[in-house]
Amino acid sequence: MLTLVAILVDGVIYSSWLFIVSAGLTLIFGVMKILNIAHGGLYALGAYTAVSAIGSYFAGGYPPLASYALLLLVAVVVGLVFGLLIERGVLRLMYGRDEIVIVLVTYGVFLIIEDAIKVIWGASPYYASQPYGLLGRVQISGLAFSVYDLGLIALASVTGALLWWGLNRTRNGKLLLAVIHDREISAAMGVDVRRVFTVTFVIGAMLGALGGAFTAPTTSVVPSIGVELIVLAFAVVVIGGLGSIEGAAIGALVVGISRASSVHLLPEAELFVIYGVMSLVLAFRPQGLFRRVVARKI
Amino acid sequence: MTMPNVISASFLLPKRPVRALVAATLALLSAALGSQAQEAPKLKIGIVTFLSGGAAGPFGIPARNAAELMVEAINNGTVPAPYNSKGIAGALIQTVVIDEAGGTTKQVTEYRNLVQRENVDLVIGYISSGDCLAVAPVTEELKKLTIFFDCGTPRIFEDASYTYLFRTGPHGTMDNVAAARYLAETAPQAKSIAGLNQNYAWGQDSWADFRLSMQALKPGISIVTEQFPKLGAGQYGAEISALLVGKPDILHTSFWGADLEGFVLQARARGVFDARKVLLSAGEPAIFRLGAQIPDGTIIGARGTHGLFAKPSALNDWFRKAYYDRFATPPIYASYKMAIAFLGVKAAYEKAAAGTGKVPTQEAVIKAFEFLEFETPSGKIRMALGKGHQAIGDNAIGTYKFDKAAGQPTFVDVKYYAAECVNPPEGVKSEAWIKSGFKGAKCN
Repeated sequence: MLTLVAILVDGVIYSSWLFIVSAGLTLIFGVMKILNIAHGGLYALGAYTAVSAIGSYFAGGYPPLASYALLLLVAVVVGLVFGLLIERGVLRLMYGRDEIVIVLVTYGVFLIIEDAIKVIWGASPYYASQPYGLLGRVQISGLAFSVYDLGLIALASVTGALLWWGLNRTRNGKLLLAVIHDREISAAMGVDVRRVFTVTFVIGAMLGALGGAFTAPTTSVVPSIGVELIVLAFAVVVIGGLGSIEGAAIGALVVGISRASSVHLLPEAELFVIYGVMSLVLAFRPQGLFRRVVARKI
Repeated sequence: MTMPNVISASFLLPKRPVRALVAATLALLSAALGSQAQEAPKLKIGIVTFLSGGAAGPFGIPARNAAELMVEAINNGTVPAPYNSKGIAGALIQTVVIDEAGGTTKQVTEYRNLVQRENVDLVIGYISSGDCLAVAPVTEELKKLTIFFDCGTPRIFEDASYTYLFRTGPHGTMDNVAAARYLAETAPQAKSIAGLNQNYAWGQDSWADFRLSMQALKPGISIVTEQFPKLGAGQYGAEISALLVGKPDILHTSFWGADLEGFVLQARARGVFDARKVLLSAGEPAIFRLGAQIPDGTIIGARGTHGLFAKPSALNDWFRKAYYDRFATPPIYASYKMAIAFLGVKAAYEKAAAGTGKVPTQEAVIKAFEFLEFETPSGKIRMALGKGHQAIGDNAIGTYKFDKAAGQPTFVDVKYYAAECVNPPEGVKSEAWIKSGFKGAKCN
């Protein structure tokens, strides 16, 4: 029973972390049809900026609880600045090119971000764990969990709810959904597709940076932190179906619960299980769990 | 007629001033070449250590720093006796530094580049056991003297025999046998153990050695869980839950670098350290970085008598001061092990060169290196295993205590173990030795 509780709680915490990052990746793909490898770089930039900001914040003796707002602010600023910079400065020049070319371009941007991080922060790991320990721990069925980790579930839930509300209950969201369904018709109906692209990319970048900023207090931030993440995020969106927010949520849950089950019940299979599940999903539903099959336009 | 080649080319020169300039340049070049011929010979050493990625800050850079310090000190003759002569057998060291990040395939390619393109005289390097296992066979293929300074897997010389390869750092069995002996003495009531180790050669071998050692020292001890997360995973929530569910009395982890730091932060927040002995078998590099974040009472090893475990001596006092003065931080075990590799090379070259007045051949150096004993900042190192190619040294394990008043990490209840107490005898594999109940160990 205790193991079951542990699997569920660990799985959901891990899923929440994955969902925050994967939602941005899948949103960008859904609207722009860009598989944004630079997303890992935005995650890393969020993490590094958060570590520096938290370090300075606590050194300044400011109210500790407000540090969580600082993490949010970091995500917004990093997403806004670098999202705009990448979309306006690089991707806008590439629209209309083959999707593979654009993937390679985002890979190039990712490598540039990785190197820029080394130039700015160096190769040494950084940590700023004050926000992580601030909320203490709570017992669930006799097992201690960090309240901060449980807070990630709330953050992911709020993020998912806001995304759903924004997409389905606002005018701009409906415009964005229209672009997801058919870019050409949307443009013909007067939707400013380029503006939608910019807004989407910035929101996606903010979600990537949000994942990095809220991960930073829990671990040691190192130059390769974005590489590890982007591989997992791809697994999540492939399972859920590229371009589907609901898919990202379910994909994150599948990956999180599978991994936690493996760690508790069959630790030897931990490395295999995520990609095993992904392969299984692709074998039966190559488009992912939540992506609809669409007729090819001729 | 005295310089026919220059005269014969002179018709190509259009004007007298230009001709004079060329002649002067040739004369200067000739003088420069002449003076170079009289300079001290050079010894070109390839250095391989992590310069990027998670292992760079906690390990690779401190090792690179030590290499930089040792090269300068050896070339200037400022290392204390018996290493106070300039250079290595009279040759001044030049270095080519390579980043160890990128995986085993890249490292094999980089090693070939060092040997075949850079024409280094020898290579000192490799922190990752995976890289060591991949590079080891290539040292034989390319017939190039290579010194592994840090990687820990005992399989290097237990599963194969090498002519050109030496390892001046003792292998990981020593760390885990010493830790098991320490815990058997200081936590006799412990009934269960658990392992959290990275999923590659180092983590798997470390856990196997520790588990077998505990079973040999405390028959009947149970194993609660064996976790092997991916190297660089960063998030250990589920593994920590598995440990908390299993409630082991002792937790063993050979984590290192950013993985270790991430684990300590997450495990501390969830109370992993509260109700059990936690052993960080390679935890010493983290103590200066994490400070009070590591809970008091944690059992820590330094993979030898390095760092705070190193006993005072002229060499150690010099090394600690020189390193601190230069880099404003104390040397960690990766720094010590890099320094040991340089001192081993110097000792071997000078033993081989004794009485000849020349830089010895590679074959002579290899012969001199086998079964060599030499003094280091960490005490005496003996190339006693692997047919004289694998080092052994004393080891130490201690209990961590952060001195809040001084703001400094310290160790209490430190226990030292003689090399022969925690290393298998020559010709005996680690696993078989541990299973035999450490037959032949000399612990007094």
